[in-house]
Amino acid sequence: MTDLPTSRIDLKAVLSGSSPTAARDDHSVGMSYLESLPRRLVTLYLPLSIIVIVLLFPFYWMALTAIKPDDQLLDLNTYNPFWTWNPTFKHIHKLLFESYYPLWLWNTMYVAICSTVVSIVASVLAAYAIVRLRYRGAQWIGGLIFLSYLVPPSILFIPLATVVFQYGLFDSPLALILTYPTILIPFSTWLLMGYFKTIPFELEECALIDGASRWQILTKIVLPLAIPGLISAFIFCFTLCWNEFIYALTFLTSVQNKTVPVAIVNEFVDGDVYRWGSLMAGALCGSLPLVILYAFFVEHYVSAMTGAVKE
Amino acid sequence: MADIALQSRTTRRPIREATAWDQLRTNRNWLGFWFMLPAMAFLILFLAYPLGLGIWISFTDARIGRPGAFIGLENYEWLWDDSIFWLSVFNTLLYTFVASSIKFAIGLYLALLLNENLPFKAMLRALVLIPFIVPTVLSALAFWWIFDAQFSIISWSLKQMGLITNNINFLGDVNWARACVIFANIWRGVPFVAITLLAGLQTVSPSLHEAATLDGATSWQRFRFITYPLLTPIIAVVMTFSVLFTFTDFQLIWAMTRGGPVNATHLMATLSYQRAIIGGVLGEGAAISNAMIPFLLAAIMISWFGLQRRKWQQGENND
Repeated sequence: MTDLPTSRIDLKAVLSGSSPTAARDDHSVGMSYLESLPRRLVTLYLPLSIIVIVLLFPFYWMALTAIKPDDQLLDLNTYNPFWTWNPTFKHIHKLLFESYYPLWLWNTMYVAICSTVVSIVASVLAAYAIVRLRYRGAQWIGGLIFLSYLVPPSILFIPLATVVFQYGLFDSPLALILTYPTILIPFSTWLLMGYFKTIPFELEECALIDGASRWQILTKIVLPLAIPGLISAFIFCFTLCWNEFIYALTFLTSVQNKTVPVAIVNEFVDGDVYRWGSLMAGALCGSLPLVILYAFFVEHYVSAMTGAVKE
Repeated sequence: MADIALQSRTTRRPIREATAWDQLRTNRNWLGFWFMLPAMAFLILFLAYPLGLGIWISFTDARIGRPGAFIGLENYEWLWDDSIFWLSVFNTLLYTFVASSIKFAIGLYLALLLNENLPFKAMLRALVLIPFIVPTVLSALAFWWIFDAQFSIISWSLKQMGLITNNINFLGDVNWARACVIFANIWRGVPFVAITLLAGLQTVSPSLHEAATLDGATSWQRFRFITYPLLTPIIAVVMTFSVLFTFTDFQLIWAMTRGGPVNATHLMATLSYQRAIIGGVLGEGAAISNAMIPFLLAAIMISWFGLQRRKWQQGENND
C-alpha cells in the first residue's frame, strides 16, 4: 500500500533506454538467425527507417529552412525544395546580431541552470532522508512527492501568477527560478531515491562506526557513488527547464527577460512572409544546445546502469 | 600501564545529558525534517498552496490586479452554459484519446523493432529520442512551417505526385487542424513511449521466447502471451504519464494554432490561459483549469488499480 506504484520500474534504466538486468548481456543473436534477410528487410528495416525518417524530418526541414536564401524559401517550383546549393547564414546572422536572441539564450540558460542546481540540492537531501534516514512518515512523504509529480503546470499557472505577483517577483527571472523546482524536485527526488537505494547500506554503517556524521556520509560516501544518477537527474531537469513554456509565458512580460521558446513564439511571428528563415533559425539555435548536451551524455546514461554500485 | 588506565578512567568527564541541540542534530526524525526542509518548502509554497489557491480563485470573480469577492459556484454555472467550454472539453478528450492510443501503438511497435538485433542500435536509440529532447515549442514551430497554408512541403509533394490539385489548408480547416496538432503530439510522444517500453522489453528473458517457439507459438502468440503480460506494469505507468501530459498539453497548441480555427483546437489548458491571462478573468480561467482535475484523478486511479491487479496476478504480495 505504501509502495509507490512505480517501484518495480527502474527509472534509470528507463532514462538510459536500457536495463540493468538486461537479459541479453551475452550479446547473443537470439533467435534472429531464424529469419531470412529479405524477411528482416520488410518486417524490420523498412518500418524502422520510415519511423526514424518521420521522426527526424522536422529537424532536417528546420535546419534547411534556416540556411536557405529567401527567394528559394518560397519558390518551390524553380528550385528543388529538399536541398539548397547556396546556403546563407543571413538568417542566423540576423538572429545573433540584430535581435535580442543572445540575451534570450542567456536568460534560458541562466534560469535553467539555477533552478536545476537548486532542485538537485533539495532533491538530494530529500531523497537521502526518505531512503536512508527513514524518519517517521518517510513512506508517506515519498508517496506525496510522487503525487506532486502528477500535478501539471497547466492547472497551477493561474494561482501561481497571483502568488508570483504578491511576492513581487513578476517579470523577473527569479519567478521562474523559484517555480521551476516544483516540476523538477518531484522528478529528481524520485530518480535519486532509486539510486540511493542501490548503494550498499554497509558502506554507511562503516562510516557511522568510524564516527562520520550524516552530513559527512552524504557528501563523502553517498554522493560520489551516485554521480551517474546526479548527472542523469541534472540533464533531465535541464531539458525540462529549457522546454518549459507556460510559466515563462505567463510570468514574463518584457522582451529582454523572455526565454527562448516564449520569445520566438511572441517576438518573431509577424506578418512578414519571409519570417520563416529567421523563425527556423531561432528554433534551430534554441534546440542545438540541448541536442549537443544530450549527444555527450547519451553514453553516460548507458554507463550509468553498469556503474560499480549496481553490482 | 595500569596506572595510566586507572587515571584516565577517574578523570573522565561524566556522561553528558543530551541537550535539545543534540536532539535536533542527531535524532532521526529531526534530522529527517532538516533534510526535507528545502524540498518541502518549495513544494508547499509553490505547489500545494497554489493548488488550494486555484480552487479558491475559481469561487471568486477575481480579475488581474484585483482580488475577487466570493461568488460561490457562479463561474462553474457560467461554464456549464458555455458552448466554447464544452467544445474545449470535447477537443481535449478527442486529442487525448486519439493521440494516446496511437502513441501507444506506434511506441510499442517501435520498441519491439528496436529490441531486435540491429546494427548501430545505440545510435538509433539516441536518434529516436531526439524529438523528446528538443523543446516542444521549437519543434511545434517547425510543424507550423511544414503545415503552412501556402508553402507546405506536404502539399507541394502531394501536388508533384498528382494526388491533389490545390494546397491543403492544414491549419485553417477544422478537421485538418485537429489532425495536424494530434500528429505533432504523437510525433513528440512516440519516442518517450518507445524508449520506456524498450527498457521494459529488455527485462523479458529471451529464453521464454525460445521455449514458446519450440512449442510452436507464432510470433503474435509470443507477443500476446509472453511480452505483453510481462510488460503490462510498465505500460500502465507510461500510459498514465502519456495521458496526463497529453490531457494538460498547452505549448504545442499555443505554438501551432492558438486554439483556432474557430476554437476547433482549443484544449482546456489553452482556453483557461486565454480567459485568465489574456482576457484577465482569473476566476473563470481557474474554474476551467480546475475542471481538468476530475479527469486527471480518474486517469491516475485507473492506472493505480490496473497496477494493483497485475501485482496480484503475478502472485506478489501487495505490500
